[in-house]
Amino acid sequence: MQKYSRTGYTIIGILVVVACGFVITGCSPKDGESTAGEAAAQVIIKNKGSDTMVNLAQAWAERYIDVTSTASVEVSGGGSGTGVAALINGTVDIANCSRQIKPKELEQATQNTGKVPQEFIVGYDALAVYVHHDTPLNKITIPQLAEIYGEDGTITKWSDLGIAHEDCPSDKIIRISRQSNSGTYFYFREALLGKTRDFELGSLDLHGSKDVVEVIGRTPCAIGYSGMGYATSHVKMLEVAIADGAPYYAPSLENVLAKTYPIARPLYMYSLGEPTGEVKAYLDWILSAEGQKIVEKLGFVPLASN
Amino acid sequence: MNILRKKSAANLPFSETVIETLIRLCGFSCIIFVFGIFFFVFREGAGFLFNGLDLGQFLTSPEWYPTSLSNKRYGTFALILGTLSVTALAMCIAVPFGLGAAIFVSEFCSPKLRETFKIIIELLAAIPSVVWGFIGLTLMNQLIIAVFNAPIGLTMLNGSIMLALMSVPIIVSIAEDALKAVPDSYREAAEALGATRWQVIYRVLLPAAKNGLLAAVLLGAARSIGETMAVLMATGHSVNIPSGPLSWIRTLTATIAAELGEVARGAEHYQVLFIIGVLLFTITFVVNLIADLVIKGIRQQ
Repeated sequence: MQKYSRTGYTIIGILVVVACGFVITGCSPKDGESTAGEAAAQVIIKNKGSDTMVNLAQAWAERYIDVTSTASVEVSGGGSGTGVAALINGTVDIANCSRQIKPKELEQATQNTGKVPQEFIVGYDALAVYVHHDTPLNKITIPQLAEIYGEDGTITKWSDLGIAHEDCPSDKIIRISRQSNSGTYFYFREALLGKTRDFELGSLDLHGSKDVVEVIGRTPCAIGYSGMGYATSHVKMLEVAIADGAPYYAPSLENVLAKTYPIARPLYMYSLGEPTGEVKAYLDWILSAEGQKIVEKLGFVPLASN
Repeated sequence: MNILRKKSAANLPFSETVIETLIRLCGFSCIIFVFGIFFFVFREGAGFLFNGLDLGQFLTSPEWYPTSLSNKRYGTFALILGTLSVTALAMCIAVPFGLGAAIFVSEFCSPKLRETFKIIIELLAAIPSVVWGFIGLTLMNQLIIAVFNAPIGLTMLNGSIMLALMSVPIIVSIAEDALKAVPDSYREAAEALGATRWQVIYRVLLPAAKNGLLAAVLLGAARSIGETMAVLMATGHSVNIPSGPLSWIRTLTATIAAELGEVARGAEHYQVLFIIGVLLFTITFVVNLIADLVIKGIRQQ
C-alpha cells in the first residue's frame, strides 16, 4: 500500500510538471515581451512579395538580427504581385519582386504615395538544365525543352533529339522536375511554356534543388533543372539557346550578368522613394559582400563582385 | 479495489479527488485531441469541399494540376492508386517476413534469444522514417538499378521495401502477442496426437490466432498508408498511374508534405490539400476500425 501510493504520487508529480510545461510554453510570453521591451528603440522594416525570394529574404532578415539591434525585418511572401500591391498602398517598406515593376504599377505607386519606387537588383535567379555527364548532348534550345516538358510534348526519347544515348537503353527521357508550387517550377514553366501550357504529368517531382542534381547524377536517362550553384562532377550543364538557330550560351556567371543566358532573371527589391535611415542601411547591407554571400548560399547568383 | 473505493467514497481525502480528476482529464484529452484534429483538418478544407470542388473529378481524374495558370485540375486518382499500390506491395513483402519472424520468435526461440530478438525488432521500429527515405534514395536506388536494370531506382518497389521494413516490427510484435495468447493446452494436445511442429503451427496455432494475426497485418498496413517521408523520397514522387513495381508513383501523404509548405493559406490548393487529409483520415480510420473490431473478436473468443 505504502509503495503503491508513493508511485502514484510520483506519476501525478510528473504529470503536473508536464502539464505546467505545456501551459507555460503554450502562452509563451516571448513575442509580447520582446516587442514591449525593445519597441522604443527598434524600427521594424516591412518586407513583402515574391515567393521565389521569400527564403532568401527570410535568410537575410535572420542574419540581419546579428548585424544591428536598432532594426528588425518582417518578411512575408504571397507573390511578386502581392508585394507590388502592398507597395502601391504604402503598407510595406520594401517589396520583393522576381519580375520588373510594370510602368502602370510605378505610376499608381507614385500617385498613391507621392513617392517614386526605387529599383534595386539584389541577385539573379538562373536555372541550369542538367543531364548525366555521360549523356552525349551539350546543347539544347528552349523550344526543344518545351516539347520535352510540355503537356502532349513531341520529344519523349533521346533519339528525338538526334542523339544515340548508349547508357540509356530504354531511350526514354526521364524528366526530373520540382514539386508543383516551388518558385523554381513556376519560373521554369513560364520560361518554357508561357502562361497557357502546363507540364506533362509523370515527371519525377523532387523536393529540393539538391535532390534534382543528386538524382540526375545517378540516372543516365534523366534531364532536369535546378539552380546553377548545385552542379557536381556527376552532371553536366547544357548550353541553352532561346530559339532554333539562335546562339547557345552556357549557364555561367558572366552570361547571366550579360543577360545572354536565356533562363535567368534578375531579382528586384523596390523601396518607396529614395531609401533613408534603417531601410537604406538594410539595402546597403544586402548589396554588400556579406549580404551577397547569403544569395550564393541559397542557390541564386550573386551580383558581380567588385 | 472495490472495497477500497467504497471505503473512501464516503470520506475521500482531498489529494485523491485531485488525482482522480487529473487522471480522468488525461483520459478524456485524447478523445478531445482526435476530434480536435479531425475538426481542424475538415474545417480548413470544408469551404472548397462544399463549394467549388468537383468531387467526381477529385476522386476519379488522374490529372493533378493544382498550380496551373490556365486550367487548374484537382484529380487525385493517380495519388490514391499510388498510395494503395505501394501499401499493397509493401504488405506482400512485410506479411511473410513479419508473420514468419513472429512464429519463429514465439515458437522456435530459446527464451534468451527471444529477448534479444525483441530488443532488435524494437530498435528497427525506432529508426526515423527520414532515415529510411535516405536509404531508399541512395542505397536502394542503386540496388534496384543494378538488379532490375531499371533506368532509375526511385520506384514503387523501392518505397514498398522501405514501408515493409517499417511495418515489419509492428506486425512482429502484435502477431507474436497473438500467438502467445493461444493456450499451451492446444499445443500439448496437438503434440499428443502426434503432430509435427510444423503441423502444430499450420493446423492449430495459425487458425487459433488468426484474428490477432489479421489485426497485426491491418495495423502494419495503416502504418504504411500514413507514412510520408520515406515514400516521398523513395518512390520518385511522380503523378503517374502505376503500371508495375518499377513505375514511379506519388502517394497522398507525400503530396501534402511536398506542397503544403509553399501554398498560400486559405487558397483553393491549400484547401484541396486538407481535403486530401480528410480522405487519408477516412482511409486510416476504416483500416484501424477493422483492426479494432478484429481484435475485439479475439477477446470474445
